[in-house]
Amino acid sequence: MRAQREGSQAVALTVARCRPEVVCAYPISPQTHIVEGLSAIVASGELAPCEFVNVESEFAALSVAIGASAAGARAYTATASQGLLFMAEALWNASGLGLPIVMTVANRAIGAPINIWNDHSDAMALRDCGWIQLYAQDNQEAADLHILAFRLAEQLSVPVMVCMDGFVLTHAVEEIDVADQELVDRYLPPYRPRQVLDPKAPITIGAMVGPEAFTEVRYLAHQTQRQALTVIPRLADEFATVFGRRSASLVSPYRTEDADLVVVALGSVLGTLAETIDELRDDGVRVGALGITTFRPFPTEAVRAALRDGQRVVALERAFSIGSGGVVSQDLRVALAGMDCPLSTVVAGLGGRPITRPSLRQLITQARSAPGDPTAGPQPLVFLDLDRDLLAHG
Amino acid sequence: MAVQRVKFYQTGSFAVGNRLLDPAMRSVQSDATRTNAITSGHRACRGCGEALGARYVLDAAMRATGGKLVTVNATGCLEVFSTPYPESAWQVAWLHSLFGNAPAVAAGVAAALRAKGRTDIRVIGQAGDGGTVDIGFGCLSGLFERDDDVLFVCYDNQGYMNTGVQRSGATPPAARTTTTPVEEQAPGNRFGQGKFVPFIAMAHEIPYVATATIADLRDLEAKVERAMQLRGARYLHVLVPCPLGWGTDASETIRIARLATECGLFPVFEAERGEVTDVNPIRHRVPVEEYLRRQVRYRHLFEPTRRDDLIARIQARADANILRFGLLDEKES
Repeated sequence: MRAQREGSQAVALTVARCRPEVVCAYPISPQTHIVEGLSAIVASGELAPCEFVNVESEFAALSVAIGASAAGARAYTATASQGLLFMAEALWNASGLGLPIVMTVANRAIGAPINIWNDHSDAMALRDCGWIQLYAQDNQEAADLHILAFRLAEQLSVPVMVCMDGFVLTHAVEEIDVADQELVDRYLPPYRPRQVLDPKAPITIGAMVGPEAFTEVRYLAHQTQRQALTVIPRLADEFATVFGRRSASLVSPYRTEDADLVVVALGSVLGTLAETIDELRDDGVRVGALGITTFRPFPTEAVRAALRDGQRVVALERAFSIGSGGVVSQDLRVALAGMDCPLSTVVAGLGGRPITRPSLRQLITQARSAPGDPTAGPQPLVFLDLDRDLLAHG
Repeated sequence: MAVQRVKFYQTGSFAVGNRLLDPAMRSVQSDATRTNAITSGHRACRGCGEALGARYVLDAAMRATGGKLVTVNATGCLEVFSTPYPESAWQVAWLHSLFGNAPAVAAGVAAALRAKGRTDIRVIGQAGDGGTVDIGFGCLSGLFERDDDVLFVCYDNQGYMNTGVQRSGATPPAARTTTTPVEEQAPGNRFGQGKFVPFIAMAHEIPYVATATIADLRDLEAKVERAMQLRGARYLHVLVPCPLGWGTDASETIRIARLATECGLFPVFEAERGEVTDVNPIRHRVPVEEYLRRQVRYRHLFEPTRRDDLIARIQARADANILRFGLLDEKES
């Protein structure tokens, strides 16, 4: 049903329509409105016999989900920032055990210094933990991706994180069409676990594996996760058929066809970017954007297919690997191997700093200043809107 | 007229006498149809108290639940020696997740079973003392506070034995571990105020808290059975001597556990909703020295020079327990 809603409320309603059996949560800004919404829905009895478990930490939240999922229940939780890092050990465990938990991450910076505002430091820090990571551009995508996420997780027996920008999306009110229950039921069949804790057919889950088989376990995890690259586009097509609107998939190109510069980004900044591109296009500047929805597994082929030789690529990053550089850039560099696409990294919007259209305009204009000359144009690593005065006084 | 519950005590020999009893009153272990929840062939050390305790606990729980049981295990000796891939010693549904989260994982299993309307299936969480009193403690307290329908069992061998005998929050004063070495000024673990989790569990006013040892296996079985009669969060703390970590002969494991109770250092009791309801009285009291001098981890109290000061401090702790729980029959006290 289409209505003006807060992003968190849309996600809570959508998750409820996915009929989770166990929801567990520990509050952390900016995730709170999602779990508040779900607790109200569960308390109303609408989701019965769903269990809402209030836990004592994020580590416990994911651990409860692990137990519930292993016992055959569809399990959901949500977190952000420090909470995601506090879960770190359990994240690896959930994927290692092949438990199809779905979790919302309301992306937020990591302290110190403590900062509750949006960037991607949290999810990027856990990109190698074996979870599929999907990044929503807007709240319609954020809500819809949860339906796809449950289907995907359960089909592959791999946990899925749906990342949505904290505050920018979670607390933004916009018109969102929350999927009808009947359609969700058509799209998402009941959870049938691959293996389950059943006293009648007892199995051992979580055995100790030594050097003789550990590599093979990781190899299989990689192969399974890579399957998502073919499964996600199929599920997105089916989503469009059932719900009558497109779903995000692996990547989303925007006006890239004749662009001589393409900005690659994840999350809500793609909205600002699209508007900036429209403005620049009106001025005759040939620029486009490539949104990455599926960051894990990394859609190498889809990225290559979306770009072509001669295009300059700017990775606009909401996180940063201290001492190294851009995080997304590393994957892009591998994906672009052998292509004539000079890559530069722009770190922007850390700790909630707004990424404005004027800043993006300036960035793109500078980056295009010397087309065809790889030594000109942007520096390999730029911090957008870096306040030199503040540094001087630091 | 109040009816006193019949209790069976083990004395002298280390076997559980059954032959004179009515079959219905015999121990779970004496029953040929017992589950063998943790079956033979696992890799525990010779004389392992934890392996023995876990077998009795789970077989008793399997009988009490008619085999409808799911087990969640923390990382630790019990997990490592029972499941080296591709082997498993478990003949119950069994899940191992992490070291510090077994209570939360067990709560998750219980939540799933509630959601599925399968509350006939019961849940046991189990961990060593590290997984219970230290790294898993936050999750354990959460489990108690929510009163999730889980029996959580701590097999307490008073240290991190799986990693090579390091100190835990359950290591007693003066005990030598690899991280509480014996030096002139530092005679093993410090004399702190201790961290006796059964008391902390009682402070949560959960339906059932009990302690037990592997020296009294009938008592252990009875407590598991009692715990499974109740719903909600229940806690069982079992003392399980560790020949490797304590420096005792493998044949002495049960004797050591019995001496721990008979000297008063390890009180055996039951509590419901925060109140002690029963204690196992000491029938042959021994001085703590009897218990301490059989263990290499306390050798520095006797050699090269006898440390009467430290032995007296340990004796004082035992005496305090005896007083606090009324562990001595009136005629002896």
